Amino acid sequence: MTENTEFIFAILFQLTQLLLVVLAAPLLSGWVNQCQAWLQNRSGAGVLQPYRVLHKLFHKDAVIAYNASPLFRATPYIVFGCMWLAAAIIPIIAVDLPFSRAADVIALVGVFAVARVFISLAAMDIGTAFGSLGARREMLVSFLAEPALLMVLFTASMISHSTQLPTIVDTLAHHQFVIYPSLAFAALAFVIVLLAENARIPVDNPSTHLELTMIHEAMILEYSARHLALIEWASSLKLFAYISLGIALFTPHGIAEVGNWAGLPLAIGLLLLKLMLAGAGLALLETVSAKMRIFRAPEFLGTAFLLAVLGLLIHFLLGV
Amino acid sequence: MIDLQLMALLLIPLFGGGMLAVFGARPWAAELNSLMSFCTFVASVALTMRVIDAGPQAAFNEQFFIDQFNVYLVALTAFVAFTTSLFSRPYMRIEQHHGKLSVGMLHLYYSMYQLFTFAMLVALTTNNMGIVWVAMEAATLTTVLLVSLYRTPASLEAAWKYFILCGVGIALALFGTILLYFAAERVLGQGGTALLWTHLNEVKGELEPTVLKLAFIFLLVGYGTKIGLVPLHSWLPDAHAEGPTPVSAVLSGLLLNVALCAVVRSKVLVDGSLGSHFAGNLMMGFGLLSLLVAALSLFRQKDIKRMFAYSSIEHMGLITFAFGMGGAVATYAGMLHMTVHSLTKSAIFFAVGHAVQKAGTQQMDNIRGLLQVSPTVGWGLVLGTFAILGMPPFGVFASEFLIVTTAMHEYPWTTPILLISLGIAFAAIFGKVQPMVFGETTAKPLPHPPALVPVFLHLLLVLILGVYMPAYLSDWYRQAAALLG
Amino acid sequence: MASNYASQFVNLLAALLLLVVFAMLAQRRILSMINLFAWQGLLLAVSTFIVAYSTAQHHLYYSAGLTLVLKVLLLPWLLHRLMRKLNVRWDVETLINIPTTMLVGIALVIFAFNLAAPISQLAEGITRGLIGIALASVLLSLLMMLTRRKAVTQVVAFLALENSLFFAATSATHGMPLVVEFGIALDVLVATFIFGIFFFQIRETFDSLDITHMEKLKDD
Repeated sequence: MTENTEFIFAILFQLTQLLLVVLAAPLLSGWVNQCQAWLQNRSGAGVLQPYRVLHKLFHKDAVIAYNASPLFRATPYIVFGCMWLAAAIIPIIAVDLPFSRAADVIALVGVFAVARVFISLAAMDIGTAFGSLGARREMLVSFLAEPALLMVLFTASMISHSTQLPTIVDTLAHHQFVIYPSLAFAALAFVIVLLAENARIPVDNPSTHLELTMIHEAMILEYSARHLALIEWASSLKLFAYISLGIALFTPHGIAEVGNWAGLPLAIGLLLLKLMLAGAGLALLETVSAKMRIFRAPEFLGTAFLLAVLGLLIHFLLGV
Repeated sequence: MIDLQLMALLLIPLFGGGMLAVFGARPWAAELNSLMSFCTFVASVALTMRVIDAGPQAAFNEQFFIDQFNVYLVALTAFVAFTTSLFSRPYMRIEQHHGKLSVGMLHLYYSMYQLFTFAMLVALTTNNMGIVWVAMEAATLTTVLLVSLYRTPASLEAAWKYFILCGVGIALALFGTILLYFAAERVLGQGGTALLWTHLNEVKGELEPTVLKLAFIFLLVGYGTKIGLVPLHSWLPDAHAEGPTPVSAVLSGLLLNVALCAVVRSKVLVDGSLGSHFAGNLMMGFGLLSLLVAALSLFRQKDIKRMFAYSSIEHMGLITFAFGMGGAVATYAGMLHMTVHSLTKSAIFFAVGHAVQKAGTQQMDNIRGLLQVSPTVGWGLVLGTFAILGMPPFGVFASEFLIVTTAMHEYPWTTPILLISLGIAFAAIFGKVQPMVFGETTAKPLPHPPALVPVFLHLLLVLILGVYMPAYLSDWYRQAAALLG
Repeated sequence: MASNYASQFVNLLAALLLLVVFAMLAQRRILSMINLFAWQGLLLAVSTFIVAYSTAQHHLYYSAGLTLVLKVLLLPWLLHRLMRKLNVRWDVETLINIPTTMLVGIALVIFAFNLAAPISQLAEGITRGLIGIALASVLLSLLMMLTRRKAVTQVVAFLALENSLFFAATSATHGMPLVVEFGIALDVLVATFIFGIFFFQIRETFDSLDITHMEKLKDD
C-alpha cells in the first residue's frame, strides 16, 4: 500500500466517523429516553423521536428577541460546530485518523469550554431573569466539573505518558491486559462529570422547566426553531462525545487500526454495543436517582474531583 | 524449670481473675484478691532470683524472654500490685459504706484487677513484639471499665476519653509493629520468629533503617499515649482523678512503666539499626516536653488526684528522657527512678485516697487539717510528697541527681529545662500540700481503719534506696543497663 | 502470571478500601456507615484470601475466615442491633463540614503516600504501595474519629481504623504470626463489647449519645 492510498483511507475513515457521529447522536439520545421510558413502565416515543423533533423545529419560523445581538444568533452554530468537532476527533472506531492530531485531551476540554462560554453569554444576552440564572448555575456546575474532568484525563495520560487521545487509546487497547485501580477511580469520577455536564439527573433534569431547579433549560428558553434545533442537536452530540470519550478512555478494546477494512465492521459493531450499553446504564442511573438540591451539586462534583485526584495519587503510589 | 516458674507467675493472676469472676461478690473477695496478688508476688520473687543467678533466659519456645531489665519490672509490678490490693481492701469497703459502690461493682473490680495484673505481666515477659501489643491493649480493656466504676458523668467521660485516646494510640502502635514486622521478615523470613525481640536484636544491624525509623515514630506515639507523654496525655489526669484510687495507683505506678518498657525495647532495636541516636533523641524531646508541660500544669490544679496525675506525667517524662539519653549511667538512673517513682506514687495515692475519704471531696481547697484528724494519713502524705519532690534522703533524690548530672555532662543545654521544671513542680506541689495537712478541720472518722501499712512500707523502701543501695541490687540494675546499651 | 493478576487484584482492592474509607468520611447517616464498614470488611476478607492463595500461606486462610465472620457478619450485626436497641436513627453531626473534611482527607492521603514512598521502593511484588494505602486509611480513620460527634460513629471509625491496620498486616506483610492475629481479633471483639456497654452507660447518664456532653473535665 502506498503512502497515498493510506492517506485516502485515513480520510475516508475520518469522513465515516464525521458523518456517523452527527447522524447517530440524536439516535443515542432517543435510545436513552426510550430506555428510561421502559424502566418507568411507559411505552415511550420511540428511538427516532429526536429526529422528528429536529425535523419539526427546522421547519418552523424562528422568533428572535428584539434586543438580541449577533452573538445570540451565532451561538447555536458555534455550539453545534464545537460539539461536532469534539465528537468527531475522539477516536472511537479507528486510532490514527487525520484529525486526531487535534485530539489532545486538553484541547478537547477547551472545545467544550468554548461552547459553554458562548451559550452562557447568549443566555445573558437577552437580559431575561431565567437566562442569567441558568448561565450562573451552568457556570457554577462547570467550574466544578472541569477540574474533575481534567484530573480524569490526566490520570489516563499518566498511564500512557501522552495527552494525545489516540496514543492513550492505543496504549490501553493494544497492550497486555492490566488492571488499573487508578482508572477505576477515574471512571467513577467521569460518570459524575458526565451527568453534570450533560444536564442529567441528579444534577439537572433535561425534561422539566421548573424554575427552581433547571440549569440547562433556563439558558435556552429564548431560542426557537432552527436555533433551538441546532442546540438540541448539539446537546445530543455532547452526550455522544462524552460517552464516546468514556468508551475511549475506559473500554477502548476492539478499536480498529487505520486501513484495516476488515476490522471496521467489528469495530463499529462493538462501538454500537458499547453505546447501547452505556445509554441503557445512563437511563438506569437516572431512573434510580433523585434530583438533588442545587446546593448539593458542588458537593457532588467535589466528590468527582476527589475521586479523580485519588485515582491520580494511586497511580503515583502503585505505578499502574 | 524457667517454664514452670513463668507459668506460675502468669497463671496465678489469670486463675485469680477467673476465681474472682465467680466469687467476687462474696464478703471475702477482698482477702482472696490480696491472696492471689501475694502468690503472684512470691512467684515473681522466685523468677527474679533465678534470672539473677542464671542470666537472661527464654521460655516457651522463645515466646517469652526474661532478662535483668524486665524481671526487675516484673518484681516491681507484682509487689506494687500486692500492696495495692492490701490497700484496696479497707479502701473499697469504706467506699461501699459511703454508698459509692455496690457489690456488683466490687465484683467487677476484683476480677478485672487480677486480669489487669495478668495483662501487664504478659506485656513485660513476652518476647514477641506482637504479643506486647495484644497485652497492652488487654491492659487498657481491663482498666477502662474500672475507671468508670463510679458511673458518675465525670467518670464516664474520663473512661470514654481513656478508651478512645488509648485505643487510637495503641492502634498506631500496631501500625508500628506491622512496619517492624515488614522490615524483619525481609531478614528473618516469614513466620513466627520475625517478631521475636531476641531474634530482632541479633539482626538489628541488617534491618532496613527507613522502615524502622517510621516504625519507631508510630511505636513511640502509640505507646507514648499510654505513658502519658505530652501532647498525648490528656486522658491521664481525667482517668486518675475519676477512677477509684487503687486504680489510679496501679495505673500511675505500673501501667505507665509497662508502656515505657515497650518503648525502650523498640528503641534498642531502632537505634541499633540506624546506628544513630534517632530514637533516643525523639524520646529525649518528648520526655523534656512532658516534664516541662506537666510541671507548668501543676499550678493550675484544684483536684488532688489530678495534681498527682500530672506529677506522674512529669516523672514519666523524666524517665523517658533518661532512657532516651542512653548509656550506662542514665539507663541505671532511669531504672532507679522508675522503681522509686512507682513506690512513692502509689504510696501517695494510698494516702490521698484516705484523705479524700475523710474530707469527702477531692478539691484541695476543702481538704484541711489532715494531721489533726489522722496523723498517720497526714504524715503519709507529707512524707510521700517530700519523697516525690526529690528531697534527700529519699531514693527519688538519688535518681534525679544521677539523671541531672548525666544530662549536664552529655547534653548541657537540657540542664536548665530540667532544673526549672523540677523547681516549678516542687513549688507547686509543696505549696498545695502544706495547707492540706496543717490547719483545722471538722472531718469525721472513717468507718473502717485505713490501710497505712502499704504507705509506710513503700516510703521505707524508697528511703532505704535513697540512703543505701544494696550491692546486689545495684549489680542487677547495672547488668540491666548494660543489656539496653 | 497468576500471581501477577493476584497482585493487580489486591491493588485494586486496596484502592477500593481507600475509597470506602472516603465514603465513610463523607457519609451522613449512621446506618450507611455501618453498612460501609461491612463492605470494608468484605474487601479485607477477599484481599486476605487472595494473598493467602497467591503466596500459599495457609494461616492467612484462617485470617480471611476470621475477618469474614467477625467483621462482615458479627460486628455489623451487633452494631445494627445496638442501633435498634438504642433507637439511634439520626444523621451524623460532624464538627467540620463534609467538603472541608474531604479536602483535609486528600491532604492526608498525599502525606501518607509521601511518607510511604521510600518503603514502597523497598517492597517487591504484591506489597508495593500497599503500605501507603494502609497508612492513608489509618490516617483517614483517625480523621473520622476526630470529626464525628456521636459515640457510635466514633466507634465505627475506630473499627475502620482497626480494619486498615489489619489490611496492612495481612496484605502488605503477608500476615503477622497467627497468635498475634488471634490476639488482635480477640482484643477488637472485647473492645466492641465494652463499647456496647459504654453506649448504654453513656445514654443512661447523659440521656444522649452525643459526646459533646462529655467535655466537662478540665484542668480547673
